[in-house]
Order: sequence, then structure tokens, then C-alpha cells
Amino acid sequence: MSSQVHGAQKFDKAKRAETVFSEEAMKTAQTIISRYPEGKQKSALLPILHLAQAEFGGWLSPETMDYVASILKIRPVEVFEVASFYTMYNLKPMGKCVLEVCQTSSCWLNGAEDIVKYIEKKLNIKVGETTKDGMFSLKVAECLGSCGTAPMLQCGASYHENLTYEKVDAILETYKNEGRLRSYTDLDYKNTL
Amino acid sequence: MGRKLLIHNDKVPGINTLEVYRAHGGYASVEKALKTMQPDQVTDEVKKSGLRGRGGAGFPTGMKWSFLAKPEGVPRYLVCNADESEPGTFKDRYLMEKIPHALIEGMITSSFALGAKQSYIYIRGEYFYVARILEAAIAEAYAAGWLGKNILGTDFSHDCYVQVGGGAYICGEETALLESLEGKRGNPRIKPPFPAVAGLWGCPTVVNNVETIAAVVPIVNMGGEEYAKIGVGKSTGTKLISASGHINKPGVYEIELGITVEEFIYSEEYCGGIRNGKKLKAVVAGGSSVPILPTELILKTAKGEPRLMTYESLSDGGFQTGTMLGSGGFIAMDEDTSIVKNLFTFSRFYHHESCGQCSPCREGTGWMEKILKKFLDGTANESDVDLLWDIQSKIEGKTICPLGEAAAWPVAAAIRHFKHEFIEIAQKKKFVDISHYDRLNKIRA
Amino acid sequence: MKVTIDGIEIDVPKGTTILQAARMIGQEVAPPTMCYYSSLKTSGGYCRTCIVKVTQGSAANPTPMPKPVASCRTEVMDGMVVENVTNKDVLEARKGVVEFLLVNHPLDCPVCDQAGECSLQDLGYGHGAATTRYEFPRREFERIDIGKYVQLHMNRCIMCFRCVKVAEQLTDNRVHGVMHRGDAAEISTYIENVIENDFSGNVIDVCPVGALTDKTFRFKSRVWFTKPVDASCDCKKCSGKVRLWMKGEEVLRVTARKDQWGEAEEFICNTCRFDRKKTSDWKIEGPTKVDRHSVISQNHYNHLNELKVQVLKQQKALGFMDINKRP
Repeated sequence: MSSQVHGAQKFDKAKRAETVFSEEAMKTAQTIISRYPEGKQKSALLPILHLAQAEFGGWLSPETMDYVASILKIRPVEVFEVASFYTMYNLKPMGKCVLEVCQTSSCWLNGAEDIVKYIEKKLNIKVGETTKDGMFSLKVAECLGSCGTAPMLQCGASYHENLTYEKVDAILETYKNEGRLRSYTDLDYKNTL
Repeated sequence: MGRKLLIHNDKVPGINTLEVYRAHGGYASVEKALKTMQPDQVTDEVKKSGLRGRGGAGFPTGMKWSFLAKPEGVPRYLVCNADESEPGTFKDRYLMEKIPHALIEGMITSSFALGAKQSYIYIRGEYFYVARILEAAIAEAYAAGWLGKNILGTDFSHDCYVQVGGGAYICGEETALLESLEGKRGNPRIKPPFPAVAGLWGCPTVVNNVETIAAVVPIVNMGGEEYAKIGVGKSTGTKLISASGHINKPGVYEIELGITVEEFIYSEEYCGGIRNGKKLKAVVAGGSSVPILPTELILKTAKGEPRLMTYESLSDGGFQTGTMLGSGGFIAMDEDTSIVKNLFTFSRFYHHESCGQCSPCREGTGWMEKILKKFLDGTANESDVDLLWDIQSKIEGKTICPLGEAAAWPVAAAIRHFKHEFIEIAQKKKFVDISHYDRLNKIRA
Repeated sequence: MKVTIDGIEIDVPKGTTILQAARMIGQEVAPPTMCYYSSLKTSGGYCRTCIVKVTQGSAANPTPMPKPVASCRTEVMDGMVVENVTNKDVLEARKGVVEFLLVNHPLDCPVCDQAGECSLQDLGYGHGAATTRYEFPRREFERIDIGKYVQLHMNRCIMCFRCVKVAEQLTDNRVHGVMHRGDAAEISTYIENVIENDFSGNVIDVCPVGALTDKTFRFKSRVWFTKPVDASCDCKKCSGKVRLWMKGEEVLRVTARKDQWGEAEEFICNTCRFDRKKTSDWKIEGPTKVDRHSVISQNHYNHLNELKVQVLKQQKALGFMDINKRP
């Protein structure tokens, strides 16, 4: 998993002290926590990690995870265990737009490999890498549930389906011009482009 | 045209809103159930309907509901499994995205039957935007009094929440889903106890697939007996099929269980045949984990009878000559497809998705992927086919959860029906792998 | 409740697992275990080495169970019939499990401090195949120190999760756990951090392989050159009942006392384990009665008792090779 890290990580106490949700994010977090019975606030961990990833630059640093643990009143190790289990949490810094190209059966049958090669060539990076300007990271993903509209890629909350090289060009162009971090939690998702 | 009960209104503009959904008969099942029925009567109707779990296992829903323990003073939960991740399956996404209220309505009616005051829809994290659509629908439902306290003035109150996952196929396994919903790693639990006794936070819980819960709506509206008239034998009602691969019209189709596979593939109403004028080579009929079948066996059973889209007919002949309806993820492959390479994408998938709890799956899935990679690289030997066979046999049935079988079956079936392809590659005869992108865009042009 | 395991019937209380029942009968029919640990709650079920075939579910419902079950996590039913060493499929499946466990194991036994008391060595010896069919590079991790006294050698780990359960159940602040998933999963602290806790040393005792070893014993001696002696002391933190591993008058290592299944009878504190390395720290009770687990015991338990004869007779009738004889 290209976005994962192995071995023990450094922990920066100063950085941890600066890691605090904005007022709005905190409100969202409290709403999420309120969905679960008293004492079961750990259940909110997955959604809150998504929130934290979007709030703190598109990845989960050890400091961010430690902060999340403090909000949910659980041990930091429980957060590390969970965050590293799931594929959507980046444990190292990524580009602002993480392009995840599905590569499983139906997408493969419809040319996913060619789409990956095309993006690699166009952005001059390999799968698992980030462009020098920090704009794009390229990943491959396992089945994203878009088999009937293959090939496809996901970027943040948006599904881009029935991909052609021209469509890829348009997506990259648009995102580059917008120039902002794209997260799974974005409200302005688009699944046509 | 076959009857449609779930997505018949999918093209109606604004059907995602409560107003339009209601204007097309939405929430009638809640009215009927809450005002005129006892909870057990709803369960009885579901039993009578013969509805079977639409997530893949096909377990009778009414029976699953009746297993739910009901100790005094302990909350019970309904959890919707919207973690649709089985390769080839995208029907739940379609249903939730187009008609979110169909699921919400099903959640309320089903929760009434089960006596659940809270329910959760656990949706895969990648479907974040669909979770937004569901949340908007839930907000509308609260505002209109379909959710919340004393629904329709009765003493039934209900809260429904959406929770997003973090990216893990294994969370489609119901106990892994519950772990994940509790904020933990998605490790399947060791059973027993089953969720019906100790599920979410240790409380009795029913976990049902999106389509299963949505199907409760027409069942309550029309009555279980009426619903059971649709279909063949123990395969009652309609089923959403996700069709993909080398067909002319990929997409989600609602079929009456019992149409022939041939009709499904070749009729204009459904897949519209194989594209580019190619011949069909093989089909994975029920999502990546079910056995792949070559054309002759998917169209006709070993006995020569036409194969039907039903639980029974698709599994006719066992794994020797049959397959499974599974989740209804229908992937068709044309004559130029490399079965070995398709299998490689499956094995890579299962390797990637193994949770790592138990040793056969943790170590075996990666091993199989590595051997299959040798076939792609042209370094495989004939003995590798036997080794693959042996490894899959040592995973199957030895694991905590069904991911072991899901990883083993596709390997076994590919070798069973297409062994010659493995051998040809091992013997360094030509390896067919043309660009699928070029083929696709030939049609688009 | 009556349960029959490999043709031998035993009466056990309700709630007994198949494994516990088999252990009550004796080591001849007891399935091997790698992840189960009786004193750790929710342990077991993961490694799949203890799988057995249930040929009759119960007297009331005699249907056989369709798949092999993990004996450590399956409770017996009255009238249940179980096959372990008298079922060829079970032994073949177990051979498969051993192979899976060894796929990514470095097999560095010559330089591993666990050698001689390693459950994986014993398991491989008793149930594995003589050669490997795995031809790919093995998974590799950096060695890390977790705390002053414990070294984590992740390459050797077989993911039994016992050490995590020890930390969870014996200490009040678990700082290590399972990171990542599938065959990329690892035991780690994630943060560069030391495990500082009075009972952290017990992770060494529960580790079935050489993944967690005692740094104070590192490369001091092969275990079979040391002599186990039971000793005790007045300890404020734990019972003080330990086992000393001695060479001459020197205490090379202190561990918990382990029973015949290789499980600690009582967990001990770090002071006893790491800091009391002089004979004068201890009241010596006498040489340890040699258990089944260690290679030192090789010649002590191989006698043919009645149970062994009974099992061998059944195996012979089924056309088995003597699994205890190597080609």
C-alpha cells in the first residue's frame, strides 16, 4: 500500500499542541459522536478520522491521530491500529488530489491498465508517487463499485467514470486549475466530468 | 418486460427527493405496517415472501429475523450492510444514489418488525458522496415525521444513522462490519455467538444488505404471498443484477428471478449481447468470489437444461459444473479475454483485502497472487498449476470467515474449466493480452 | 457432557471447549496450538493449527459440522464426536496451516534465542512437510527495541496476538498493537516509544516464537544448555514464583513457570524477570520437572503409554503412517 508506512514513527510534541479542530469541524465531530450510545463514542472513530484527514492536510500524522484519540477518550494505539487497517487513510503526506484508479476485473477488462499508464506518462510519476508540485498523487485501488461504468477513477468524493484519455485530460486540467485539496468529505462531489 | 419492484422509478426526475418519492407511493409500507400490523406480522409477511438475503449468501431473510434474540431491557439494532465491495457488484450504489428513500423506508419498516429503536447504515467509505445523498434523505424523512419520535402518531420511535467505512472489503462480512461500526479494525469475529444474539455493542442485531431491506417495502405493500408468486421455486421476487464486462449495455438491471441467462445476456432489454460482435467466453455470475463458468455451462446446465437466473439453477451441478447467484455481480468476458489474467486481478484483490487475522488467508492469498504473477511474467511452470490448486484447497474451509472461500473458489474454478490456458502459458505458447482500452474505444468511436 | 475425541470418551462440564477436553484426555490427542492461551481472554481461533473435524455435532443433532472447526474456540455438546489425529483430512489441513505459518518465517533458528522452546519449531517438526514450496522473497521488517528489555523481531512473528492481549489484559495502558492488515500486518508501537510497565516482560513468555525475546538473555546460551530451576522470592508486585535458567551458578534468564502446554502458570513482574539475576535473590525450590515443551525433554515423554497405543491402533487401522516417525 503506497500510502502506508512501516516501523515506528517520530512524534512531535510541539506539532501535537498545534493540532486542534476548527470550531466547525469540532461541531461536526460532536454531531457524529452523538449518533452512538453513551460510552460507545469509539464508534465514531472512522468518520472522525475522515474528518481529521480532510482538516489536517489530507493525511493522518501521528500527532493528528493522537489528537483524535484525545477527542474520543481512547488510547492512541487504538487509533493507529484502525487507521492503518483501512485503505482510505493516508499515513504519509500525499498530493492535493489523490487519483485512485480502480484496477479490478471489470475495470481491467475495460482498459484500466491503459488509463494508469496514460496518467503515469502524463504526470511523469509512477503509481505510488506524487508530482513535484505536490498537486497529484497516483494510486491504484481495488474494486470501487463502478464496474458497469468502467474504467473509472476516484478523486476525493468524486467518481469519474467511463474514462477515456480525453476525460482524464479534462479531469487533470480542472483539478490543477482549482488547485485545492480534494477530500472524501467534500460536499461538491461530481461524478460526471 | 419483467416486473420491477425496486428501481421501477429510477428515471423519474427528482425521485431522490421525499416529495417526488412520496408522490409515487413512497412510505406506504411504513403507513401500512405501523397503522395496521403488529411487528410479528411484518416478519411473517417477509417469511411468506421467501425473500433471501441479496448480499450474496442467500439466507432466508424472515428466518434470520426470527433468530433475533429479544431479551427484556436490551436494545436491538438493525444494521444495513451497504459496504458493497464485491468486484462486479454496484447495484446497491445505484439504488441508494437514485432512490435513497427506498432504503430509508425499508429501514423504518424493517426496524418496526424487529423492534429496533436505532438503525445504522454502514456504507463503504469510497461511497462518501452516496452517504451524503442518504443523509440528505434522512434529514427530509425526519422533517416529515417518518423518522424520530412517535412516527405517524404511534408509539414507535426510530432513529436512523449513516456511518461511512474506511476502505476495506472485509467489512462486508457482517461481524467485521459490526467491529468496524464499533470503531475497530475490520476483523471478522469468531462465531458463535452470532449477531442475532450478540451483535452491535453486544446487543442482538440483524445485519441485512441494502437490496434486502429495500425489498421489504414491496413485500409489505403487496403482501408476502403475492411477492412469492414472482420467480421460480425458492427464488422468489426480483433481483438487481449488476452487469459489466464485455457487454453492449452494462448497468444495473432488475430482473424477475427465473429468466434465462441467455435472455439476460443477449436480449435488448438487458445486456444487449457481447460487444464488438465477439463471442462470449466466460461469465462470473455472482460477484468475483463465485466460480467462473465457460459459455457452454453458463447458458446450459450439465444436463442440457437452460440455465436460469435463480439461486437453484445457477448452482445446479455444484461447483463441478455450476456456480452461484451470489450478489448478482455479473461479469461477462469475450473470446479474447485471458482467464488467467482476470483471475490474477481477483487474487490480487483478495490478497489486498485479507484482514490478516488467520494464517491460511493471510499467507495463502498473497502466495496465490505471486504464483499467478509468474504466469503474467511468463516464468510459470506447469507444476505451478498444481501448486495453485493445492494452496486454494488448503485455504478453503479453514478460515475464520468466508473470505477464505471467496479467495479460493475463483482459483479453483479457473483451473477446473480453463486449465489449458494455464498450461499454454506455462509451456511458453503465446500469451494473449491485447489492450482492452483500444477494444473499448473501437465501439465508442 | 460426554464427548468422544479420537475414539476416547470423556465427561466434561458444560462450557468446556474441544481443546480443553482433548487436553484433559492427554497430549496424545490434544491438538497443537499457536495462538490459544488459556489465561488470556479471547485468545485463540486465529492460527488454525488446532482445527479438528466434528463428525457428530451432538447426540440431539448428530449432523457433522461441514467445515473443520478451531477446537480452542468451539464448545463441546453432549454426544459430540471429534476426530483429530485419527482423521487424515485434519492432519493434511494442519500440514497446510504449518506451511502457511512458515511461508514468511525466516527459519533463522540457528541464531534465534527461542530455538529449543519454540512452538513453531515443534509444530513444524511434528506436522509440517520436510521441504518448502514457497519460492518468493520473505517479508522483512526492521528489528526494533520495545523498551529496555524486549526486542521485537517482527520477521519471526506468526500473528498470534497473544502479546497484544497480554498488554490489554495485564497492563492499564497498552501502547503496542497490530498495525496494517493482511500479510502486511505487524506488531508495533507505531510511535517510537518504549513499553514501560511492570508486566511488559510477559509478552516474551507468551510469544510462541522468537519474535519477542529477552534482551538480557540475548545470545547468552542455547536454552538446552541451561538448567531450569524453580525458585521464588518475596515480591511486592507479583507472586515471585519463577523459573531460573542457570548455567553453573549463574542465572542467565528468569521466566514464568510454564505448564505442560507451555503456558505460564502465573505472570511475573519485570523486576523478577530482569533485575533479579543473582542466586542470592532467590529461594531455590529445586530442579524443574521437565515439561513436554522443551527439547530438553525429548527423551522423557516418548514412552508408549496406554493412550498412545490406543491412538496408534486406530491410526494403523485407517492405514496411517506413524506421524511420529520421520522418513
